[in-house]
This record gives sequence, C-alpha cells and structure tokens, in this order.
Amino acid sequence: MLDNNQLLRFTTAGSVDDGKSTLIGRLLYDSKSIFEDQLEAITNTSKKRGHEGVDLALFTDGLRDEREQGITIDVAYRYFTTPKRKFIIADTPGHIQYTRNMVTGASTANVAIILIDARHGVIEQTKRHAFIASLLQIPHIIVCVNKMDLVDFSEKAYNNIVAQFEEIASKMLVKDIRFIPISALLGDNVVNKSKNMDWYQDAPMLHVLETMHISSDTNKVDARFPVQTVLRPQSNEFRDYRGYAGRIASGVFRTGDEVTIMPSGFTSKIKSIDTLDESLKEAFVPMSISMTLEDDIDIGRGDMIVRSNNKPEASQDIEVMLCWLNNTAAKPRAKYTIKHTSNSQKAIIKEVIYKIDVNSLNRNNEDKELLMNDISKVRIRTTKPLMVDSYRENRITGSIILVDDTTNETVAAGMIV
Amino acid sequence: MHVDTGHNFPETIQFRDAIINKLGVKLIVGSVQESIDDGRVAEEKGKNATRNALQITTLLDAIESNKIDCAIGGGRRDEEKARAKERFFSHRDDFGQWDPKNQRPELWNIFNGRHFEGEHFRAFPISNWTEMDVWNYIKRENIAIPSLYFAHEREVVWRQDTWIPNSEFLVLEDHEEVVTKKIRFRTLGDITITGGDESEADTLEKIATEVAGMRNTERGNRSDDKRSESAMEDRKRQGYF
Repeated sequence: MLDNNQLLRFTTAGSVDDGKSTLIGRLLYDSKSIFEDQLEAITNTSKKRGHEGVDLALFTDGLRDEREQGITIDVAYRYFTTPKRKFIIADTPGHIQYTRNMVTGASTANVAIILIDARHGVIEQTKRHAFIASLLQIPHIIVCVNKMDLVDFSEKAYNNIVAQFEEIASKMLVKDIRFIPISALLGDNVVNKSKNMDWYQDAPMLHVLETMHISSDTNKVDARFPVQTVLRPQSNEFRDYRGYAGRIASGVFRTGDEVTIMPSGFTSKIKSIDTLDESLKEAFVPMSISMTLEDDIDIGRGDMIVRSNNKPEASQDIEVMLCWLNNTAAKPRAKYTIKHTSNSQKAIIKEVIYKIDVNSLNRNNEDKELLMNDISKVRIRTTKPLMVDSYRENRITGSIILVDDTTNETVAAGMIV
Repeated sequence: MHVDTGHNFPETIQFRDAIINKLGVKLIVGSVQESIDDGRVAEEKGKNATRNALQITTLLDAIESNKIDCAIGGGRRDEEKARAKERFFSHRDDFGQWDPKNQRPELWNIFNGRHFEGEHFRAFPISNWTEMDVWNYIKRENIAIPSLYFAHEREVVWRQDTWIPNSEFLVLEDHEEVVTKKIRFRTLGDITITGGDESEADTLEKIATEVAGMRNTERGNRSDDKRSESAMEDRKRQGYF
C-alpha cells in the first residue's frame, strides 16, 4: 500500500556499549513514537532494577530472557512513522551470533546505521559491521559517531574517526556513506539539531533518513519474473485462462513484450497482465501479477519468465559468498536443498574457496570448515540449473538459502558472486 | 477456522457467519466448550477467570485433527513485544510450541516452510503492518468489519482501568456499577477480557484520525496480555495464536 519511497527499512550495527539501544530509544522517544503505557512499563522496570532515570534500551527487548539477562538474543522489528515516511527498524543484537543476526537484518535494509564510540574510534567490530553492510550491498550507510558529549563535542575527534572509517571503506564496495556526530544519550543530532556542535552544518539523523533518495535502489532494468504458481480457474468466465502468477523480482514487463521462459528456452509474447481488479499494460517490481502468454508452453513453479533481449545466466555451478547460520557445521559433500526465488533444487557445496576472517578481513585458504557465523566463498553444484544474476546487480535473483534436509532448518544464506 | 470460546461478542459471531455465507467457504469451528466437556481442559477458577488460555488446547487439537500444516493469521509485530520477534513463517513443533530463541533466520523474501509430519507453521503475512496501515487499507479497499470497531452505546463496567462490556459471563463486584457509555474496541478477543475506549469515532475516517492520535498501545486494554510482563510470550510458547 505504501509506495517504495515512503517506506524505509534500516538496520543498526554497533558493538556492545556503543549505545545502539539508547539511540533507537531516543529516536522513538523524540519522534513521539513510544506509547504512554510502554513508557510506563519500562519506567517501572527501570525503577525495579535501580536504574537512574528511564533506561530507553529496555524498550527494544521483547523476550523474557532478554529482559532478565539484559541482552538481546534475536532480531526485533520496530515501527515508527513521521509525516514524511514510515520506518521499519531491524534491531540486530550485538552480543551473540552477531554475524547471523546482522546478515538477516541487512538482507532487506535500505540503510545501515553503524555506530562508533567517539572515545574509541574505529575498532575491529566496526570493520566487521562495514564489511557485512557492503557484502549485503546495503545501498546507504550512515556512520553515527556517538557519545560526542564524552569527547567535549570535539570536531577534531570526529574528523579523525571519519578519516579512519573512510580508509577501511575504501577497500569495500559502498555506494553512499554519510557521517553524523551525535549523542544518543542527550539527543544531539538524532531528531533535533545539536546546540553543542556548531561546526556540523548538515542535518540530524532523522532528517537524513526522511529525505534520503531510495527509489533508485531497486533494479528496474532487468525484467525477471519467477513463477510461483499456474492459475487455471474452473469457472465458465475464465474457461481458457492460463495465467502464471508471482511477484516481479526486478524490471518492467509490458503486454506484447517478447519473453523467454527459462530454463526451457521457449519464447512467446505477453498477451495480458492481470491483477485481482484489472488488467494492466505494464507491471514492474515489486508488483504481484498473473501473466498470460500468446502460446501454450509448459511452465511451472520455479521457472522464470524474462525479456528475451536480457537473460540471466542459467547455471548448475554457482559461486556464492556464503554465511553459515546454524550451530551444526557444514557437512562436506552433503546434500542440501537450495532455495532461489521460487525454485528449489538439491545442491552440494563442492568447494570452499576461502574463508574470511570478519575481524581482520583477511582471506584464509587453509581452514575449510564452515561454522556458525562464518563467511566464505564457496562453489555450489545444483541438480538442475538456477537462473541467476549476481547479487550486486539483483538482490532477489542473486540470493539463495540452504536448507538441511535432515532438520528442515535454514542453515546458510548466500549471495551469488 | 474459528476457535470458539463460547464467550463471544454476539456481533463477532454474526459477522463471522455473514462472511462465511458471502464467500461460500467451509468453516471449521474448534469449540472450547467441547474441550471442557471432554475433560481436555478445566475452567479457570477465581474472580478474573477467563477461557483465554484454554483456547490453546482447542486450537492445537483442531490443527491436529484437521491436518492443518499452515495456519495463516493477522498477527503483527507492532502489536506486542513478543510478537515483534515473530517470523513471517513461524515454526511450531509437534507439540505446537514456539521456540523464540531458536527460530529459523529469514532473509530477503525467501521463506522456508518445510516441516516434518505433525509439525506446522503459523504464517503472518501482515507482520510488518502497523495499526495505522490496517485502517488505511480497510478505508482504501472498503473492507467490511464488525460493528464493534465503531463507537456505539454499550453497557460497561469500569475494571482494571478499562471499560469491560457487560455480559452474562460478568460477575459484578459489590462496588461495581453497570453504566452505558459510547465506546469502541481497538482489538477484539473474548467479551470477558476485551476492554473498550470511550470514543466518538463511528466512521472509518474518524477511527483513522483517532488511531493517529492514540497515546496508548493497541492491546493495552487486553487483560489477557497484562497477567504478567511476559503473558503473550508464555502463551505463544505453548501454542497460542
């Protein structure tokens, strides 16, 4: 219901004491998105624990164990709306299973907010956050240098950290980076402009989030339509209707377009594009539609309809940046189910090419074991071809997950190189 | 499927039947009364006894006997703090239990709905909607809703900081008094646990305006959520909606 430019998803990354929860609490509090009964509940809990004042961090902990142990275990989603935009925050915990949680939160984010403690500057964890943000191709990064109040709001301290971050970012693929000096605790440059940092001329964080241009983040060029199901209504009115239903992954389709069905390679023309209410001349990402073709062709779930002059690669051998998400390590030569768009096949991890040390960002060519939170480049062989684009060009047709057939758990997520 | 506690608002049942008739679909009813009669569950005792928690057994029995492998619901992450942790495809083991600390990661829009026999999924397609999104959508698509959501005159009793509707199930305390107020409900559960707000919002436009200005959460008047800080999480772990 919301057009893409009205809805912005962001994820937050920070080390344990960088003030991430405080920042989210501040953002929600100052934008008046916390309800009175919620505030009352966390005020009571803060008092019970003997905290001074209200601990805004309590607002984001949803499970009993999280509140009791004071740690965040799993990604939580928060929502708030300003007159300009609706926001979805993927709040990813900084303690355990960090990589797994950040990768999950980052997979759908438009923006990553990376927090740096002004006293400590860029640390190892910051590198990891920046690396995951670039690996998941989050289009925009906002680096918030937090706790500026503890370094006397010093412009020099801030500029040092900006320079440090720019140096590590120069080795990564990041399209858009911005820097903001803030104090989440006091509210400087979060929702309201700081009175303590005249030297910072740009807008506070919320304003940046509200005005950021994100509609160009989706791929509108490569027309890809993964078929989810075939519609064959059993009614008189639609006796001869045979529609291919699904959600457009990228690009635009128009009636009359010449299309190729993959992997079979048959070609046809689009006869109609239908929705529940009406027929359309054109449809584009991320619309859910039903498409009919001029010719009768065998098409089913897992096939992909693309424009004939712009086809993805159909391949059984793919190279993937793989993030292992499960407690059980990858079993060498074991079969997994690979899920890619609406397509599921059996697959094996043929080769671990290298593993990345997420702290130093060095490649390790010796250690081939894939454990929880490991990120590695692997070669995967599938039983039937997948129609793939590189993740860099297409987040939807460039991503996969692996499911362990013995447990049915999602054990890994991958980005096609 | 409807899990019928027997403690319904009459309007809820009328609306349910009208929808079923209009769509011409089959309705499965899981009856809490039958679960009680069969000795599967026992009524709670005490002053604030409700059938809210009893529904869990009825729901899981109905899922099992009808071999349902995916129950689609309207739960949203912004409703409640434990629900903020939910997946779109949320796995339930063969006891119907939710294990919030060991959930399957969900990335991009690739969903894993695979399960063993006896297990099932709860799917929440509108997880990322807010209360405001729901009202805007109802308004835009002109969707029928039960009359209870609109402000109306009703006999109510002030209890636990909210207006509890008068009904055959309500046992009045000595100091309590039944009064008639113009109220509406933001969320609907059993008539015994659902509190209303005083309101003049009797059209969709007025409701949208009212919701935009609300300073309390949507489920703040649900006594079932307020039994403890983790009331929702505890029930969800056992198999609640």
